[in-house]
Amino acid sequence: MDQAEFLFQILLPVLMEGMIVTIKLIVFTAPFGLILGILVAVGRVYGSKPISLLCKGAVGFIKGTPLLLMLFILYFGLPSIGITLSAFVASLVGFIMCNGAYNSEYIRGAISSIKEGQIIAAQALGMTRMQAVRHIILPQALIRAIPGLSNEFIYLIKYSSLAYMLTVIELTGAGKMVATKYFEFTEVFMIVGIGYLILVTITTIAVMLIERKVAVPGMTQSGRNMLDIL
Amino acid sequence: MDFAAVITEWFPYLIGGIFATLGLVGSALLLGVLFGLPMAVGQVYGKRPIRFLIGIFVWFFRGLPVLVLLFLFYFGVFPGLGLEAPAFLVGATVLGLRGAAYQSQIFRGAIQSVSEGQMIAARSVGMTKLQSIRNVILPQAVRVALPGWSNEYPNILTDSSICYAIGVMELMTRTSQIVSQTYITMPIYLVCAGIFILLNYAGMKVLHMIEKKIKIPGFGTGAA
Repeated sequence: MDQAEFLFQILLPVLMEGMIVTIKLIVFTAPFGLILGILVAVGRVYGSKPISLLCKGAVGFIKGTPLLLMLFILYFGLPSIGITLSAFVASLVGFIMCNGAYNSEYIRGAISSIKEGQIIAAQALGMTRMQAVRHIILPQALIRAIPGLSNEFIYLIKYSSLAYMLTVIELTGAGKMVATKYFEFTEVFMIVGIGYLILVTITTIAVMLIERKVAVPGMTQSGRNMLDIL
Repeated sequence: MDFAAVITEWFPYLIGGIFATLGLVGSALLLGVLFGLPMAVGQVYGKRPIRFLIGIFVWFFRGLPVLVLLFLFYFGVFPGLGLEAPAFLVGATVLGLRGAAYQSQIFRGAIQSVSEGQMIAARSVGMTKLQSIRNVILPQAVRVALPGWSNEYPNILTDSSICYAIGVMELMTRTSQIVSQTYITMPIYLVCAGIFILLNYAGMKVLHMIEKKIKIPGFGTGAA
């Protein structure tokens, strides 16, 4: 079998299927990760003491332990207390927790960078505290958090490969299967790598464009280049 | 299922994994500085082709997942070169090269933050470009970079667990071995999580101590 045949008829079709699973993982994780990040950040800054401590503890736990261990807990550990998740769902839950925890740190930082006077002013206009957070603080904070959030999104693309450790056949898993069967490790994993580089590079360019688009002159710093983001 | 007995029986085995984990993290940090610092200098002061090559290296090692890099090197690159390297060595190499790619960007930012006038001043008192970089720019840049560099530690620590995939006998691998031997899952995973959190905490403490040690009063950002 010659190289071109192997590449186009065997490797690429399998990798494409894997790529679709990878994209699914990313697309399902990102919105929930963002929502979780916002909730946790708001809970930490504005929540009552127990809620704030709970959020802080959860973020510390998730950031301090490897994602791989978290995935093992969700997939192999939870059945012992009666919760069984499929490999795909367990990966999703793990990614959402990880993504949400890191997102919350960026959003929290952005929230604390906004002057407290703004909440007081909003309350003086008759808004409740919740309304002030929702309509005054969060819109500003989220714009400031965009650089951090987009970095996290790029990390998400890369750590989505860990789903393979729970037997989800995504891009890396598809590559591993073909590589093991045909004993072509260097070639296959270089092409898998190129797959990730394409995803990461497209996202990086999109991030640059978005950051430039939403930049508010005088409020956000703009103009990160490729290497700053990657 | 006597959890206490299992833990006392297996705890030493689990603890043994700490050495491998710390070995991986240590080599990643060390290689990161050894290669990352020259790469950063090259990227700021080097000629065009050098800057381009370093850019490609950084793009490659930061754009690929650790898992893919590990598979690529363990099954592909090392055997392809005819090297029969143990899994630990492959893991340390991959984490080290990745560390170099990430840390070079931290050092690059720090070098660029040293004002350009310093270089001009150093050159005007008769230093060569290399002397100026070594004696004037880098001592300042390294101190600026240190807090950001310390923040690489928790990332590398958690990434090191992915070496499980190629069978390095570190914490994660030993944890899952114990789980498959004893069929006790949750408590053992949580003990492993606790060890990682402890390592994370202790490591950050040590790095902050180093930061304080080499800090020059009145220079750089006050809060480390």
